[in-house]
Amino acid sequence: LEMETIYVNDLNMKATELRLGLPGTDNESDAPQSSSSSSCVKNNKRSSSEMNASFQNIVSEQLQSHAPAQKAQVVGWPPVRSYRKNVINDQQKKSSESDGCGMFVKVSMDGAPFLRKIDLKFYNNYFDLLRGLKDMLKCKIGVYSEREGYNGSEFVPTYEDKDGDWMLVGDVPWDMFINSCKRLRIMKGSEAKGLGCL
Amino acid sequence: MCLFQCIMNYFPEEVLEHVFDFLTSLRDRNAVSLVCKSWYNVERCSRKKVFIGNCYAVNPELVIARFPRFQSLTLKGKPHFADFNLVPHDWGGYVQPWIEALAKNGISLEELRLKRMVVSDESLELLSKSFPNFKSLTLVSCEGFSTDGLAAIASNCRYLRELDLQENEVDDHKGHWLSCFPDSCTSLVSLNFACLKGEVNAAALERLIARCRNLKSLRLNHAVPLETLQKILVQAPQLNDLGIGSFVSDPYTESYFKLKAVLQKCKSVKSLSGFLDVNPRCLPSIYPICTNLTSLNLSYAPGIQSNDLIKLIIRCKKLERLWILDTIGDKGLEVVAATCKELQELRVFPSDLHGVGNAAVTEEGLVAISAGCPKLNSILYFCQQMTNAALITVAKNCPNFIRFRLCTLNPVIPDAVTNQPLDDGFGAIVQSCKGLKRLSVSGLLTDQVFLYIGMYAEQLEMLSIGFAGDSDKGMLYVLNGCKKLKKLEIRDSPFGNMALLSDVGKYETMRSLWMSSCEVTYGACKTLAEKMPRLNVEIINENEEMEGRPKDKHRVEKMYLYRTLVGARKDAPPFVWTL
Repeated sequence: LEMETIYVNDLNMKATELRLGLPGTDNESDAPQSSSSSSCVKNNKRSSSEMNASFQNIVSEQLQSHAPAQKAQVVGWPPVRSYRKNVINDQQKKSSESDGCGMFVKVSMDGAPFLRKIDLKFYNNYFDLLRGLKDMLKCKIGVYSEREGYNGSEFVPTYEDKDGDWMLVGDVPWDMFINSCKRLRIMKGSEAKGLGCL
Repeated sequence: MCLFQCIMNYFPEEVLEHVFDFLTSLRDRNAVSLVCKSWYNVERCSRKKVFIGNCYAVNPELVIARFPRFQSLTLKGKPHFADFNLVPHDWGGYVQPWIEALAKNGISLEELRLKRMVVSDESLELLSKSFPNFKSLTLVSCEGFSTDGLAAIASNCRYLRELDLQENEVDDHKGHWLSCFPDSCTSLVSLNFACLKGEVNAAALERLIARCRNLKSLRLNHAVPLETLQKILVQAPQLNDLGIGSFVSDPYTESYFKLKAVLQKCKSVKSLSGFLDVNPRCLPSIYPICTNLTSLNLSYAPGIQSNDLIKLIIRCKKLERLWILDTIGDKGLEVVAATCKELQELRVFPSDLHGVGNAAVTEEGLVAISAGCPKLNSILYFCQQMTNAALITVAKNCPNFIRFRLCTLNPVIPDAVTNQPLDDGFGAIVQSCKGLKRLSVSGLLTDQVFLYIGMYAEQLEMLSIGFAGDSDKGMLYVLNGCKKLKKLEIRDSPFGNMALLSDVGKYETMRSLWMSSCEVTYGACKTLAEKMPRLNVEIINENEEMEGRPKDKHRVEKMYLYRTLVGARKDAPPFVWTL
C-alpha cells in the first residue's frame, strides 16, 4: 500500500482564528515578537492559538532560513514528570555549584609567563590532580610521601589555603583540600626547601 | 433451557469458582462475567483483585457491593496530563473516602496500589490500623503525605511485605519512620524509598535488612551513605532488585574496596537503578553485576557521561529494559543496539530541560536501536529531531511495538531533512505495528497523520496528541477509526466543537477524554453534558477574574470528560465545574 505524500502548502498562514500575541514574559523563546496582534495578552498566560502561531512562526522562519528550530518554553513541554524534572535540576545545580573556595583556581608555575586556571571539581583525588597539572604545565612532579614531601622533585606543588598559608599539596584528605584551596603554585624544587620536609 | 445451561447447572458454584481461580487477567474475568447471571455472580464473589482506572467512574460502595471479597485494589486518580503541570493542585483524586468505606464495610484489604492520587497522613494511618492482613502498599506519583504517614504504616502493618514509593512528592520530616518497623517485622520482600529526600537511621536500616531474610527488592534514597550500602549488601546478597541512591566514594579508599568486594558477590541482582549522586570512577565496581542485569535505570544519573555509560552497557548483554538520559548520545545508542539483543523496552529521557539541547539524541540513535534489537516492543524517546525516513525504517525493523512514544523537544519540528510534516513516518508506524496499544506523537503534524491512525491503529487504546493537526477532521479520523480507544488526551491543537460533538456515544466506550488549549467552546461542552448524562464533563477554570459562567461561545481552556456510574463528584474544588 503506497503512502500518500501530502505537501502542506500553508505552513506560513493558518486559516484558523489565531491570535498572534506576544510570548509570555517568563519564557526565553526566540519566537518573533509579532506586532500584528489583534488582542493584547492581559495576563502572562498564553493561549494555545498564540502558542501555535508562535510555533508556526518559528517553523516558517526555519523554512526560510534553514536554521535549526528554536526551542521555546512551553508549560508542560517536554512532557516530563515534575518529580523527574526536579531531581535532574537539583543534580545539575549541585554539580555546577561552587561550595567554598574550591572549584576554579589559578595555577602559577615558577618561570612561566602567565597563569592557568583549573577546575578542582573535575578531579577526584590527588593522583588525578597531579596528573592533570603535569599534563597541562609539562613539568615533572615527583611522587608524594608524607615524610619527604616531593623531595628531589624538579617541581613541587603547593597551595594557598583559606588562612593565607602556603601548604604542600597532599598532606590533608582530598575533600578538605578542595574546600580550602584558594590557588595553586608549582614551585621549583630548589626553592621548596623547608616546606614540609626536613 | 439450552443445552449449555443444563451442563453448567451440573457444576456446583464451588467448581466454577475453582475454575475461575485460574483466570488472573482482568479482561478474562470481565469476559466471564458477561456469559450469564450465574457466572456473573460466581465471578464477582470470587474476584480478589479490583482495578479502577478512574476513581471517579465509580464509588467505593458500588465496588464493595459488586465485589464483596476483594483483597487488592488499584486506583488511579488524576488525568495523565497532571504529570506535566496541566492540572491544578487540589483538582481531586483523594483516597480517604475509599479507605474509610473499605474499613467500614469489613473488606479484608491486603494490597493497595495508587497512582496520581492525593494521599494524606490521616489516610495512611487509617489504612495501617484498619486492615490486619495488609501486606502491600504501592504509591506512584502521589502527593499529600509525609514521613509521618509512613511511620504509621511501618508501625502498624504487622505483615507488611511491600512498601513501594515511586516518584512521589513526600514531605520529609526527617523523622524516624524507618525506625518504626518493629523488631518483630521480618516479612519485608520489597522496600523502595528512593524518592524520599531525608535521611534514615542507618543502624535501623541495617538491622531491618538483616532480619528480613526474604527481601528481594531494595531501593535506597540518596541520603544513605556508601558504608551503609556496603553493610546492607553483606546482609542481603539475595537481592534481585537494587536501587543505589548515592554512589560517591574515593576509589582509593578502603571502604570502596570493601564495597567492590561485596558487589562481586551480588550475583542475583537482575535490576539496578538510582545513582543520583555518582562518582563515575567508582562505576567499575558495578561491572560484575552488569552481566546478569535484565533491567537498568540510569535515567536519574546525569552525573554519568556518555563514555562511562557505554562502558557499563557494553557489559549488559542480557538487558531487557533500559531507561537512560539522552546524554548517551546516538553513538551510545549504537552500542546498545550492538550489545543488548534481548532489549524489549527503551526509554531515553531529556537531560537538558531548559536550554539548547546539546546533548540530545536524534533519529540516528532510534534507527540503530530498531535495527539491532529485534525484540523491542516499547519505546519512549525524547529527541532533538526526527525524519520520516527514519520512522519508516523503524517501522519496518520493529513491527512488534505495543507502546510507541516519540517526543521531539521542539513540539512542532518538521522532518529534519525534508522539512515536511512527520505524518508519513507515524503513518508507517501504525501501519506496521498491528498490535500498537499506546501512541504519542509529536513534531509537525497535519490532519493526515490522524487519517493514518484512524485507518490502521486498530488496537490503539491510548493516544496523546500535542500541537498537531489542522482541523476537526483530524480528531474525527481518530474517533471514527480507533475502535478500541480508551484514553484520548489532546493539548494545543485546533480541534473544536464539530469534532467533539460528532459522535457523543463514543465517549461512553472510553475511559476519558482530555482537551486543553483546543477550540472547543463552553456551549458545546454544555450540549455534550446534556446529551450524555453518564459522562462527567468537567471544565477547569483557572481564570480567577471571571465572574459567573462564561458565555457559550467562549473557548474552554481545559476540559476533562469521563464516563461514570455515579454522576458529578462531590469533592470538586470551586474551579472545577461539572456541567
